[in-house]
Amino acid sequence: MSALFLEGSPKTPHVNFDPETGLLELKGRSIPENSIDFYKPLIDWLDKYGRSPRPKTALHVQLEYFNTSSSKCILDLFKKLEGVRATGNEVTVLWHYEADDEDMLEAGEDYAGIINIPFKMIQIEEVDGNKS
Amino acid sequence: MLERIHDLYDELERQRVMLSFKGSLSPDLVTALLGAVERKMDVLEPDPRTRKRVFNVVMECLQNLYHHNANLRVTNGNAETTMDPHGVVMIAHLDDGYQVLTGNFMAGSDVETLKIHLDRINALPPEQLREFYRETLADGTFTKNGGGGLGMIDIARKSGGKLEYGFVPYDKDNAFFSLNVNVTT
Repeated sequence: MSALFLEGSPKTPHVNFDPETGLLELKGRSIPENSIDFYKPLIDWLDKYGRSPRPKTALHVQLEYFNTSSSKCILDLFKKLEGVRATGNEVTVLWHYEADDEDMLEAGEDYAGIINIPFKMIQIEEVDGNKS
Repeated sequence: MLERIHDLYDELERQRVMLSFKGSLSPDLVTALLGAVERKMDVLEPDPRTRKRVFNVVMECLQNLYHHNANLRVTNGNAETTMDPHGVVMIAHLDDGYQVLTGNFMAGSDVETLKIHLDRINALPPEQLREFYRETLADGTFTKNGGGGLGMIDIARKSGGKLEYGFVPYDKDNAFFSLNVNVTT
């Protein structure tokens, strides 16, 4: 299967899902009016990836902003990865947040409390966003 | 008319309005308004956490305005259907924070549900509000825009205060909904 690459925009994140390395990235901003349209290809890709995943998968989430319309879609991504983990593979979510952004840390903790995947909280200096 | 423009300008200055808009909204316009707020906040607000919270609240309020809209405008008592969602937004800089005001017509049949939701949110202390957010996030249901009822909870969490709201009944099908969110520094 091929990699999924999407350039970031002022309202949508940069996406780089690599099936060869098991390294998945979601970075920037996720604030579109309709998140379901944006996330559908990502969820479909993970569905496919889940059939023959790498033994180790790491999803890096490094968001500066995300809206509530994206929240449930992001949860759906994690649920797909929960499925990958359930079949005996190693899966980690690396949740990056800016040092001053306690709210983003809390958001990561909220997901970690719902999803059965180990989360690593990683403090960073500043997210490289796409200002509108 | 020329004087009224000056009066309007004066009034907006007195209320320390950073941005105000009334009219039809498109996704591009929402992006532009958010961009304007972000640039303004970069200049006005030294605390990055407050900057982010204000941006978040404005974003959710504008998207609520966009999604839960009766597409109606009323001029001199005459209602007219609009192509795009229609409403009003005003963001003011106060001594102790920021004020985000929005207003739009919505379906009268949704008023009671929204009122119950807002009252429930306003009754919860921060820790329970977070719990309510988690439960709503985890429950697996989607609304048509994907938010699944998280918007107002998130606005309340980011505001740290109570959501002030009002409904003005317009006709048998529609009501005007006003929301005032304060983000205190």
